[in-house]
Amino acid sequence: MMNDVLLEIKNLRTYFKLHEGILKAIDGVSLAIGRNRVLGIVGESGCGKSVTARSILKLVPAPGKIEGEIWFHGGEKPVNLAALPPTGNAIRDIRGREIAMIFQEPMAAFSPVHTIGDQISEAIQTHQSLPKPEARGRTIEMLKQVGIPIPERRVDNYPHQMSGGMLQRAMIAMALSLRPKLLIADEPTTALDVTIQAQILRLMKRLQAELGMSIIFITHDLGVIANMADDVAVMYLGRVVEYGTVRQIFENPQHPYTQALMQSIPKLGSKGRGRLASIEGTVPVPLDPPRRCGFADRCVHFIPGRCDADVPPLIDTEAGHQVRCILYE
Amino acid sequence: MLNYVLRRLLYMVFTLVALSVVVFIIIQLPPGDYLTTYVASLQAQGTTVDDQEVAALRARYGLDASPIEQYWLWITNFVRGDMGRSFAYNRPVAELLADRLPLTIMLSVSTLFFVYLVAIPIGVYSALRQYSVGDYLLSIIGFIGMATPNFMLALILMYFFFKYFGISVGGLFSSEYVLEPWSLAKVWDMLQHLWVPVLVIGTAGTASIIRVMRSSLLDELGKQYVVTARAKGLSERRLTFKYPVRIAINPIVSTIGWQLPHIVSGETIIAIVLSLPTTGPLIYGALLNQDMFLAGSIVMMLSILTLIGTLISDILLVLVDPRISFEKKA
Repeated sequence: MMNDVLLEIKNLRTYFKLHEGILKAIDGVSLAIGRNRVLGIVGESGCGKSVTARSILKLVPAPGKIEGEIWFHGGEKPVNLAALPPTGNAIRDIRGREIAMIFQEPMAAFSPVHTIGDQISEAIQTHQSLPKPEARGRTIEMLKQVGIPIPERRVDNYPHQMSGGMLQRAMIAMALSLRPKLLIADEPTTALDVTIQAQILRLMKRLQAELGMSIIFITHDLGVIANMADDVAVMYLGRVVEYGTVRQIFENPQHPYTQALMQSIPKLGSKGRGRLASIEGTVPVPLDPPRRCGFADRCVHFIPGRCDADVPPLIDTEAGHQVRCILYE
Repeated sequence: MLNYVLRRLLYMVFTLVALSVVVFIIIQLPPGDYLTTYVASLQAQGTTVDDQEVAALRARYGLDASPIEQYWLWITNFVRGDMGRSFAYNRPVAELLADRLPLTIMLSVSTLFFVYLVAIPIGVYSALRQYSVGDYLLSIIGFIGMATPNFMLALILMYFFFKYFGISVGGLFSSEYVLEPWSLAKVWDMLQHLWVPVLVIGTAGTASIIRVMRSSLLDELGKQYVVTARAKGLSERRLTFKYPVRIAINPIVSTIGWQLPHIVSGETIIAIVLSLPTTGPLIYGALLNQDMFLAGSIVMMLSILTLIGTLISDILLVLVDPRISFEKKA
């Protein structure tokens, strides 16, 4: 299915060495993102979605250590991002220009004491030698493209003068100002209210089609995934537990965790009067985790001696559909 | 902005009126007045003083009037620019201040610059290299600086320089220049003397601003907008100075006004130890002698300076932080 791969993550492990032990935020993630496709990564808080996203651009805070391979096929030659030094020129050339990122809190993501225009122009000028007036012109054009009214005025606004939705649009404008091949969106709509959410999602879809880029869309909202993604990776405790096309995941969820997630979606017009299904327990903290299925403690199909014996392998159940669960062996 | 400044200047007038009352009351609080002190010291020397003579003097200086009348006399003259006469020096207060106030201002401003120029870079370094050897070393030096009394440091420096280099570091001028009129050579001579008091007075302030800068920057370094800047592909150095450092400096800018009183009061003891020709020793002597016009005028002048300092730092804060606006929203 995926012969035109843009980014390939192989056995990614991001560990944080803490006083209390080794926190394995990501423990062996392998993923591939095709050109022009949208990959959705879903999971509860603490499952490693955001760390995966940040690992790609080497933005993991200290004392995080990244191991494994992240191959980017956007340039002339494939580059292994995981092997690049995090403050070196090589990764800095890719950040913003080839791979851009947008964040969850648009209010916090802009510096409060610089204008929006200044911060967007800076992104442009970091990668292109463009005189100031031209960069400003491009900025205004980008703001217009993301649907900000009166961009000539807005360009000189400070973040506190704009609403959350406007700021997220500005953030998208900044991320797309250099036409990146890959956009990483880390919960871009979580902090916004629902109507604004829908607007932002529509905008992202439109721009993805227009500009022809790939998107990694990280969220805990399955509705958003169904709306946005072509492919879906479900993450749990630092690992991908199920991967497939959006159709496969929603119509035939196979991992007990994915199934439980699907059952926890409230359905409009359903007759049931009972409580909304929820998953018992919480995601444990992966501090020196034992080698076992991470979901075993919360799983209704738990098999003693099997699930807690080793980490289950990823098993192909149909073309392009993989599950990390021994039930499918 | 102009509106705001004008409004602030108006408030300053009210503050000063209130302040002048407090200052006057405090100066009047100790029992007796200048003449009681004067008579006591004459008697201590064995001179007998005629009661009638004292009463005549008291009437001449206006000391027999009620406190309210005395206040009124003092403050109305003060506003007109006549600060009265110093009893102890037998010279107009204005003349005494003209000698010393400019030197105090210059010393304070130099110290302020010294404090910021040293403390901000060190604070930034300490935050960026948190828990490194350099950070620990600078923190230790900072704490020692904060804990050492200024006058102690002054004495140690004086001893050290005299013992090993045979130089006297007291005063602001070499002996041959003290009575000279101002000239380039005199200014140069003063600059050579200036660094010792600046260092001594500035040490404690420097140490505390290092701590403020360090913790304020540490707070900012983890913020989301720093990650955003990094994700744009900016170099670490550029993004650090453009974003977190720039924002971490705000609380320091806004407290410039608070530094001035610290410096001025810290200066008093140092000026006595190092025999500096500033207002410090003058006010100390004036308070001891109950030389009320002199003491009152100095305190008033220093208060005015402090208020101006506060206003300047408020204006600076508006300039550095666009989120702050004193204008009423239209």
